[in-house]
Amino acid sequence: MESKTDNSDSSRPVIRIRDLVYRRGRRTILDGISLDIEQGSMVAFMGPSGVGKTTILRLISGQLRPAEGTIEIDGHRVCSLSNRELHHFRRNLGVLLQEGALFTDLTVFENIATPVREHTDLPEALVRRLVMSKLNAVGLGGIEERMPHELSGGMARRVAFARAIVLDPSIMLYDEPMTGLDPIAVSTIRTLMRKTNDTLGLTSLVITHNVNQMIELVDYCYIISEGRIAGEGRPRDLVESTEPGVDQFMNGKVEGPIRFQYQAPGTPWGLLD
Amino acid sequence: MTGSHPLLEKIAKPFAEAGECLHFLFQMLGGVRFRGAQAAAVLQQTYLVGARSLVIIMICGFFVGMVLSLQSINALEQFGASNQVSLLVGKTLFRELGPVLTALLFAGRAGTAITAEIGLMRATHQIDALELMAIDPVQRIALPRFAAGVISVPLLTAIFNAMAILGSVILSIGVMNLDSGIFWSKLQTSVYFGEDLIHGMWKSLVFGGITSLVATYFGYYSKPTGAGVGTATTNTVVISSVFILIFDFIMTSFLT
Repeated sequence: MESKTDNSDSSRPVIRIRDLVYRRGRRTILDGISLDIEQGSMVAFMGPSGVGKTTILRLISGQLRPAEGTIEIDGHRVCSLSNRELHHFRRNLGVLLQEGALFTDLTVFENIATPVREHTDLPEALVRRLVMSKLNAVGLGGIEERMPHELSGGMARRVAFARAIVLDPSIMLYDEPMTGLDPIAVSTIRTLMRKTNDTLGLTSLVITHNVNQMIELVDYCYIISEGRIAGEGRPRDLVESTEPGVDQFMNGKVEGPIRFQYQAPGTPWGLLD
Repeated sequence: MTGSHPLLEKIAKPFAEAGECLHFLFQMLGGVRFRGAQAAAVLQQTYLVGARSLVIIMICGFFVGMVLSLQSINALEQFGASNQVSLLVGKTLFRELGPVLTALLFAGRAGTAITAEIGLMRATHQIDALELMAIDPVQRIALPRFAAGVISVPLLTAIFNAMAILGSVILSIGVMNLDSGIFWSKLQTSVYFGEDLIHGMWKSLVFGGITSLVATYFGYYSKPTGAGVGTATTNTVVISSVFILIFDFIMTSFLT
């Protein structure tokens, strides 16, 4: 992990994860994950559904606390932050969740204005200018009075993106940002993510299971399987990797060490055998 | 309770849930800021849960007044006291039926809507989004709806009572041809502002609090699935109805 990104002007790790263990009941979801993410880079966590990718995002954002290990962001240990400190820390975090998670009872304008109104005392005229500038930046100027149910999936995701960047965060977290979108909307979101990261010098973490969408987008990938890092590297290198677990996931093979089917003991056969 | 006897767990569960519900209430009350934005949110929710319940409350109040008068006149006629109907209707309505029926109707109409709305916000990750934006979802989502319920139920009770009296007037004077002078004078002299009307208003304030606390709590902690939201909505109606009747007895015992 000497150099994860070509565009970063600093190799300072902004996120440091050490020996991270997370358990849900008796089940171990993450089992000793350690990694560094450098300032300005765009990193993807990939893996089959249900391996704990979103759990990593929730641990980084402080929504969950690990059983063991530490997560340091900009020198702050997320797991030992008080509620007040966590509140302050999250103001520096932009998050784009699956499906956008727009507030269904508010207009597009009010959705984007919500974090601004909550965390600043800007006069209404400035709030309006700020919201409209972000809405224009994602190519949706003029839809500010629409309700979320009046938007297409791609538009809703772009509005959610505008809301995530409205307070100019230094770290962006994306949870399956392109799930369920058509190819044009996928390209639009991908362009927005890359341009925003490079223009504003952000550090971005993308949670996804879609290999093709990530190859052109991110600088570095981690493949998570059975709670551990099964493989890591630049996306192109991972596609050509001969390591069995990486090859199985990157090339969508049924055969391989990544377990994806559960068979009760004594069951004679399955269609995938 | 891990490792304890399953029966003990079953007995302890409602108490644990009641404790969590009270903790949720204190969390909400701790978030009261008296800020313009919060007041605006309460006002908006008062419109959504209160004003939009007006039609059902008015219709039900009107018919409850009519049926109460009809039954009372039939019963009182046996003693030749049918002109006492306004006394009976007034006392029953202001002290018991008005607050209880309004709260039950409110739980069915607005309580379920609050639970389903918050439950869907949970299922569609809107609550997660608020947390990640460093906005307290309890203050932002639950508090305005709770406050709106506490404000709305007493006001709706007053309207329910007024419509019930109107129904009683139409039936007693218009249909049963009772003397209007006796009807109004009995109502004026026998039904007291402090003992009857305010007594009922205290009850409705508590019932409003119970209903909206139960509705916001079950919505906020509902499982993020269709079945989870459905169960939470059912729980809101069942549990708030049971608690309204329990607290009705407790308050009647202390207030009379």
